[in-house]
Amino acid sequence: MRADGTVRTVVTGVGVAAPNGIGTEAYWAATLAGRSGIAPTTRYDASGYPLRLAGEVPDFEAEKHIPSRLVPQTDHGTRLSLYAADEALRDSALDPAGLDPYGMGVATASSMGGFEFGQRELQNLWSKGGRFVSAYQSFAWFYAVNTGQISIRHGLRGSSNTVVTDAAGGLDALGNARRQIRKGTTAMLTGGVDGALCPLGLAGHLSSGAMSTGSRADRAFLPFAEDAPGQVPGEGGAFLVLEDAASARRRGAREYGELAGYAATFDAAPQASGQAGAGLVRAIRRALDDARTAPEDVDVVFADAAGVPELDRAESRALGEVFGPGGVPVTAPKSMTGRLFAGGASLDLATALLALRDGTIPHTANVARPGPGHPIDLVTGEPRAADLRRALVVARGRGGFNAAAVVRRDV
Amino acid sequence: MSDANATATELTVEDLTGIMRSSAGEDESVDLDGDILDSAFADLGYDSLALLETVARISRDYGVELGDDVLDGVETPRELLAAVNRTLAAA
Repeated sequence: MRADGTVRTVVTGVGVAAPNGIGTEAYWAATLAGRSGIAPTTRYDASGYPLRLAGEVPDFEAEKHIPSRLVPQTDHGTRLSLYAADEALRDSALDPAGLDPYGMGVATASSMGGFEFGQRELQNLWSKGGRFVSAYQSFAWFYAVNTGQISIRHGLRGSSNTVVTDAAGGLDALGNARRQIRKGTTAMLTGGVDGALCPLGLAGHLSSGAMSTGSRADRAFLPFAEDAPGQVPGEGGAFLVLEDAASARRRGAREYGELAGYAATFDAAPQASGQAGAGLVRAIRRALDDARTAPEDVDVVFADAAGVPELDRAESRALGEVFGPGGVPVTAPKSMTGRLFAGGASLDLATALLALRDGTIPHTANVARPGPGHPIDLVTGEPRAADLRRALVVARGRGGFNAAAVVRRDV
Repeated sequence: MSDANATATELTVEDLTGIMRSSAGEDESVDLDGDILDSAFADLGYDSLALLETVARISRDYGVELGDDVLDGVETPRELLAAVNRTLAAA
C-alpha cells in the first residue's frame, strides 16, 4: 500500500516488437549495440512519396507467431500487438486462468488503427465493389481492435479500454491500467504497438508537417541535434504486465520495477501547436509528486524526443526548468526506431525498466552532441553505466497531449 | 480465381475447405481434411463472421448470389455444400 492509501503496482512482464529487434532481449541487445531499425521503406512503393525511410519491424512472419484463425482477420499492427502481448504475459509467468474471471484486463493505446488492412479493403470497395470487402473489415481497422483481440486470445475479461492520445498513448494506457488495478483488478496487460506504415497512414503522418524527407537513414531522425531534420515514422512498441504488488509478491513474481508515478496534462490551442512546455512541465512535476520523488532523485530521463527543432527546444526547456541545466542524464533510444506513435512511450517505458535492471543508460544514436539550444546532458555515442533507481519517461502526442511516468527499481 | 471458377457448376468439399482456410484460417485443434461434413461450423472453430467471410468468398469466386434465405439454417459443411450447389444448378 502507498502512503496515499492506493495499491502499489509493479511491472512483472515485458514484451517487445521493435524495428531493431523482435522480442525483449533481442531489442535490448540491439539498442545497447547502437543498431538502428530505420531503413528505406519496403512494405509499399514509397517512390511517389516524400517520405522514403521508416522503422519497419523486419522479418516478422505472422504465421509463426499468430494462430491461423487470426491471420485473415488482423492488420499487421494487430499481429505485432498480439506477439508483444503474448511475450509480456509469458514473461510474467502469470496464468490468467488462475485469477478471478474478471481479474485481468487489457489497456492499450493506438493512434490510428489497422490502417493497412483498412486501406486494402477500401481499395477493394472502390475498385471491385462491396462484395469484395472482407467481413473482418468490420473491426480490423478499428483503433480499439488490439484490446479486443488480446482480450479474446488470452481470456482477459477484466475492465478493458483503449486510449487515443497519439504518442502520449503508451503512458496514458499505463495510467489507465493502474486505475483499473486500484479499483480491484489484479493485473492488466497494457501497452501500445502501433504503426500504420502504409500510404493511408502516411497521409495522416505527413499532415503533421514534421516528417523528415531525407534519404540517409543515419541522418534522418536526430532528436536534440542542432540540425534535427524531423521525424521518421516507425512501427512497433511494447506490452507490459502491470500487477497489484501484493499479488506479485504473493506469487513470487520477478519484478522489473514499480510504476511509482504517472500524470497527464493537455495543452489547448494555440500552445498545442508548438507544445511550448508549460503543460509538459506540469505533467513531469505531477508525475514526480505522485511518485513522491524529488527531481534530484531521478537518475535518467527517457525523452519524448520529437526530432523537430521547436518541439525539442520546448522539451529541453521543460527538463531544464524541472531538473536544472544538465541536471539529469537524458536519452532517446527511439533515435534507433523512429517515432512509433502510441507504441513509442510503451517501448520507452520497457526500455527504462531494462535500463534500471542492468544499470545501463542506452544512448541516443546518430547524434554527436545536443544543439546549442539544449542545456541537457544527452547520452550519446555509447551506453552509459550508472546506478539507476528511478527513471522518468516523457511523452507528447500531437494536438497537445503530455504524459510522464516514473518507474522505480526496488531499493 | 473468380474468372476461373465463374463457370464451375459444383462446389466440392475440397473447394470448400480451401476457401475456409484462406478466408478465415484453421483452428489448430481441427483437421479440415478429416471427416468434417456433418460437424457444426462452430465446432470446427468457425464463428458467424468466419462463415460470413467464407460465404462471401464462395459468392465471389463462383459468381453466385447467396442470400440470407439460401443460408438459413445452414450449420454444417454438408448443408452449406447442398445450399450452394442448389443455387449453382439453378443459375
